[in-house]
Amino acid sequence: MKVLVAVKRVVDYNVKVRPKSDGSGPDLNNVKMSINPFCEIAVEEAVRLKEKGIATEVVAVSLGAKNCQEQIRTALALGADRGILVETDEDLQPLAVAKLLKAVVDKEEPQLVILGKQSIDGDNNQTGQMLAALAGMGQGTFASEVAIDGDSVSVTREIDGGLQTVKLSLPAVVTTDLRLNEPRYASLPNIMKAKKKPLDTLTPDELGVDVAPRVKTLKVEPPAERQAGIKVESVAELVDKLKNEAKVIS
Amino acid sequence: MSILVVAEHDNTEIKGATLSTVAAAKAIGGDIAVLVAGEGCGAAGEAAAKIDGVAKVLVADNAAYGHQLAENLGELVAELGKDYGHVLAPATTTGKNFMPRVAALLDVAQISEIIAVESADTFKRPIYAGNVIATVQSSDAIKVITVRATAFDAVASEGGSAAVEAVDVAKDAGKSEFVKEEIAESDRPDLTAASIVVSGGRGMQNGDNFEMLYKVADKLGAAVGASRAAVDAGFVPNDMQVGQTGKIVAPDLYIAVGISGAIQHLAGMKDSKVIVAINKDEDAPIFQVADYGLVADLFDAVPELDAAL
Ligand SMILES: Cc1cc2nc3c(=O)[nH]c(=O)nc-3n(C[C@H](O)[C@H](O)[C@H](O)COP(=O)(O)OP(=O)(O)OC[C@H]3O[C@@H](n4cnc5c(N)ncnc54)[C@H](O)[C@@H]3O)c2cc1C
Repeated sequence: MKVLVAVKRVVDYNVKVRPKSDGSGPDLNNVKMSINPFCEIAVEEAVRLKEKGIATEVVAVSLGAKNCQEQIRTALALGADRGILVETDEDLQPLAVAKLLKAVVDKEEPQLVILGKQSIDGDNNQTGQMLAALAGMGQGTFASEVAIDGDSVSVTREIDGGLQTVKLSLPAVVTTDLRLNEPRYASLPNIMKAKKKPLDTLTPDELGVDVAPRVKTLKVEPPAERQAGIKVESVAELVDKLKNEAKVIS
Repeated sequence: MSILVVAEHDNTEIKGATLSTVAAAKAIGGDIAVLVAGEGCGAAGEAAAKIDGVAKVLVADNAAYGHQLAENLGELVAELGKDYGHVLAPATTTGKNFMPRVAALLDVAQISEIIAVESADTFKRPIYAGNVIATVQSSDAIKVITVRATAFDAVASEGGSAAVEAVDVAKDAGKSEFVKEEIAESDRPDLTAASIVVSGGRGMQNGDNFEMLYKVADKLGAAVGASRAAVDAGFVPNDMQVGQTGKIVAPDLYIAVGISGAIQHLAGMKDSKVIVAINKDEDAPIFQVADYGLVADLFDAVPELDAAL
């Protein structure tokens, strides 16, 4: 079984991003870029399926500018077999990414596509679901457990009320939540090996996909700042403040 | 121009997030229809008809929608949605699951988790864990939108008298099947709706120690939440995670105990009215957003707080 994983290049999760002072967009000058943490979990899951003998090949796909190759190489170092970059300098929005991935899925015909549930830059939480709809596949979103069983997959999902398990016929789309697995670190030898693994490049034109943005960002601004608070000396003072100053408990 | 709001419900009652979503629809302006899709969901349909400001309720009662499977719901809402200018649903795990399918099937963008309506095509939404607020404009004919419930004051659940119409559309995509659900039972208020939330982090050390927080919460009528670290460590279940990638809460009072205040956690609670932090590290970033900070060992402070209430 072939598994396709999508990996996105995003600002590292440790960076506190701020808007540019002219409000034209987030200030991404000189910030550290990484693989989206949820995509890393997706790669790990695919590699584990391969290690269990369930997956035969793991293909990592990224979409965007040339430097997304770095994140594909990270996925290859973690154990993916080969990479595909759909290269474009266009600002790719989730619908366009889903259409491009659908075109890659048509070419590659994987049995399972694993994506992160959201990317930590746009916080959209859309692409996996859109891909599933466009490809006519079932979806197991926010997965904390994935079990392949013949021609179907059981996915345990983290939902607001607790956990839900669904069974999907393959091919299917899975999006990862935080508890699915704990990604490994790439070893130095594997990082070296990854440099030699195949990485193909495609373009939206070759895939016949219109990637024009549908949503325009008019401006960005910082969120409302909170007023600096005070330190209280004791629990008694805290309770007194909550009762008599903030009036939030009685 | 009219607006379709997809209700979140349990076949009997309408969930509070739906009322906030109707509020967002009102801010956009236009006739509001509410879709109740489920199995044996007549009572929820009747309840939806009473929501203030709703003109029409569509009830799609079919086994295919019983567990809100995204494949089936997506097809239904995409078909009904063609007749509307906007399709809205709450940004809950249910809405987040099926709405992008609706958008893809309609070949339009989705605008996720809006926190404000600027005009019928322009909205505000948080990006980068809420550190940046973007104002975005959609050029699509149909706007597919999920709504952050805490950003809109719920409309009244009573007072309306909308007409109820049955929708006889059965969409079973045949791709997915419901197997089981493990829903956490609790007598405490729902985390996203509670007016007081007490949350614990890695500093709690284990699940048993959360009992201290449950005791305080029960005295305050509060819900109990957690940081990702506490969930990952298995102290508490996933449905208690507050943050960028968990639940968004905005209670009147949020008490963070043994939580450092990572940006991903702050993203889920920094719109709370009053924030209290109890942490033994005076430099913990949580104190930068706390109205009242107590530098103390939680194993002393929480029992004291319990006794003082
Ligand atoms: C992709 C991604 C998504 C994420 N999503 C979320 C999310 O949705 N929600 C979330 O919360 N996090 C999320 N995180 C994790 C986040 O980055 C932090 O790791 C996490 O919030 C830390 O949890 P914590 O504050 O409980 O633990 P820590 O950062 O370890 O803090 C523990 C705190 O407890 C204090 N403490 C310890 N012992 C005591 C004591 N006896 N008395 C008083 N204080 C004590 C310490 O001083 C410390 O400040 C995400 C991370 C990533 C990468």
